[in-house]
Amino acid sequence: MINQAFELETAAHPENLKRVVIEPVTRVEGHGKVTLLLDEDNRVHQARFHIVEFRGFEKFIQGRPFWEVPVIVQRLCGICPVSHNLGAAKAMDMIVGAKLTPTAEKLRRLMHLGQVLQSHALHFYYLASPDLLFGFDSEVARRNIAGIAAAYPEIARQGVALRKFGQEIIRLTSGKRVHGTGAVPGGVNKNLSLAERDSLLKDIDQVIAWSQDAVNLIRKVYGERLDFHDGFGYFKSSFMSLVREDGALDLYHGGLRAKDQNDQLIFDHLDYSRYWDYVHEEVRPWSYMKFPFIRSMGRENGWYRVGPLARINNCDFIPTPLAEAERKIFREYGGGKAIHSTLAYHWARMIEMLHCAEGIKDLLHDGDLQGDELVTTGERSLRGVGVIEAPRGTLIHHYRINEDELIVRANLIVSTTHNNQAMNEAVRQVALKYLDGNELTEGLLNHIEVAIRAFDPCLSCATHALGKMPLEVELWDAEGRVIDRLARSGLGSCGV
Amino acid sequence: MTAPLLVFACGNPSRGDDALGPLLLERLEALNPPNVELLADFQLQVEHVADMLGRERVLFIDASVSCPPPFAFSRLHAAKDTSYTSHAMSPAAVLQACQELYGAAPPAYLLAVRGETFELGEPLSAAAASNLESALALLEKLCVGPSHQAWDQFIMPPEKTI
Repeated sequence: MINQAFELETAAHPENLKRVVIEPVTRVEGHGKVTLLLDEDNRVHQARFHIVEFRGFEKFIQGRPFWEVPVIVQRLCGICPVSHNLGAAKAMDMIVGAKLTPTAEKLRRLMHLGQVLQSHALHFYYLASPDLLFGFDSEVARRNIAGIAAAYPEIARQGVALRKFGQEIIRLTSGKRVHGTGAVPGGVNKNLSLAERDSLLKDIDQVIAWSQDAVNLIRKVYGERLDFHDGFGYFKSSFMSLVREDGALDLYHGGLRAKDQNDQLIFDHLDYSRYWDYVHEEVRPWSYMKFPFIRSMGRENGWYRVGPLARINNCDFIPTPLAEAERKIFREYGGGKAIHSTLAYHWARMIEMLHCAEGIKDLLHDGDLQGDELVTTGERSLRGVGVIEAPRGTLIHHYRINEDELIVRANLIVSTTHNNQAMNEAVRQVALKYLDGNELTEGLLNHIEVAIRAFDPCLSCATHALGKMPLEVELWDAEGRVIDRLARSGLGSCGV
Repeated sequence: MTAPLLVFACGNPSRGDDALGPLLLERLEALNPPNVELLADFQLQVEHVADMLGRERVLFIDASVSCPPPFAFSRLHAAKDTSYTSHAMSPAAVLQACQELYGAAPPAYLLAVRGETFELGEPLSAAAASNLESALALLEKLCVGPSHQAWDQFIMPPEKTI
């Protein structure tokens, strides 16, 4: 039930409770932490997922010339720079009044599919598969890349190869491996030469085959412990995503569609350029990250999920055949309705990866990619909104410029922010089901992290300087003293 | 053809002293050293193991909050660490993954340059700018050094490394 989401948000008497901190949450991007307040019998009274670092994106961008923004925003995040490049470029398209040429739009789509493919591959093969293939409370030293490489070397090498292929698409469409200028206001900076196209075409059938294997693998793994996977961190929620005009899955462009927890439409095909009429962001004092909700449903009932699970649940069909066949299986599994299981994110993510691989092949055979009409302009505007479906979900870029063409206001709602309430809810469900009343162990605490990782949250600060990678779990008594500490060592072991 | 020496710089140019790696790479690029491939990225990731393949030597450059100023130069050894469980990996972990996945990793070195501030939108600090010049002088020598022995003479004693 949606209203239960707030039950464990704030304990009635926190002063009498002991505090457990998981910081940073591992195998997610950036720095987040989980705090649990427990009584003497280890009953959970409060569970929160926090973002530790305030990023200050909007301030960083203020005062910059608008045309510079699609490049500069890539530096907000070391993990999904292409998503920010495209989100900002779409907003700037509105500011320059551009209607993209077919060449420009298809090149952007190709870049985006490459980005989503490599992001999904990284998450599945290296961040999620250790939990799924070895078990959530398996030996911690094994739950990592080395463990996967030792037990499943072919899968591990496929993960690297898929990442590399996606990165190569980004390089060829943006001109550089990183900090490229692929998408610019009104279009793109370069086309794809025939030689570049052929270098990608030679590998694409293998990429599709591996992606199909990945869907088969997650479907099999999920099905082997069906009740457990279904029930883990289970809760019902609304879902929001972009969909194409005909209801198809579309990661690059479309109208906003939201469905409630009973699979009923809340809104459909909304023009995202006035997203604030439908989505409001709430500030809560205990987290730097805002809590968005659908205005018409109110704060308590209006929160929702975005990302692969939302997109596969929301769309009417996927416009590539192999992924569509997998979507139908997924849908049938849910009895023809939306699936709400937290771990179904992994399944949906792999269906999307397959769609990306198929979509890339289709685009590579499109002659428009070699076109010369790269940039257009039209009537200027002082405001621009760009929305795409980034790997982790709906990404909103919103800018206002002044007459000098400098940014005076920016608002970004990143995918992870949309999922803020849902991730907190997943943490609470897992804390209640697995931790409540039990002696805490690393394996049990990893259950919390498994729930968070399913969303593939990006809390990135894109700073990774050497010497900054601790993982500590602290147990505090009611007086606020640290009475126990778990630390993960360099070998991945966990000592008390 | 794969260049025998890969110089790989990590860092975000818009995060204060995190820009040390990319800036050093830019300066090196201007010198156009032969037989060297220069790559930069925000952070190390598992796909970067593919960049290690076929190299005679790899040099990682990164900002560091724990090395003594101006920089530390050390030989790297493949090692598992906690970064295995994150989106971002350490250079040693990338080498380890390379060994695990492909059976071997090339000899590798780390040039860690001391940074002080890493806030979004901040410029390079004065201290880091000075450290960059010191590190560049070493980089120039390394890029003309033909052998591991030539590089090893620059390795700093353990108490001066991170």
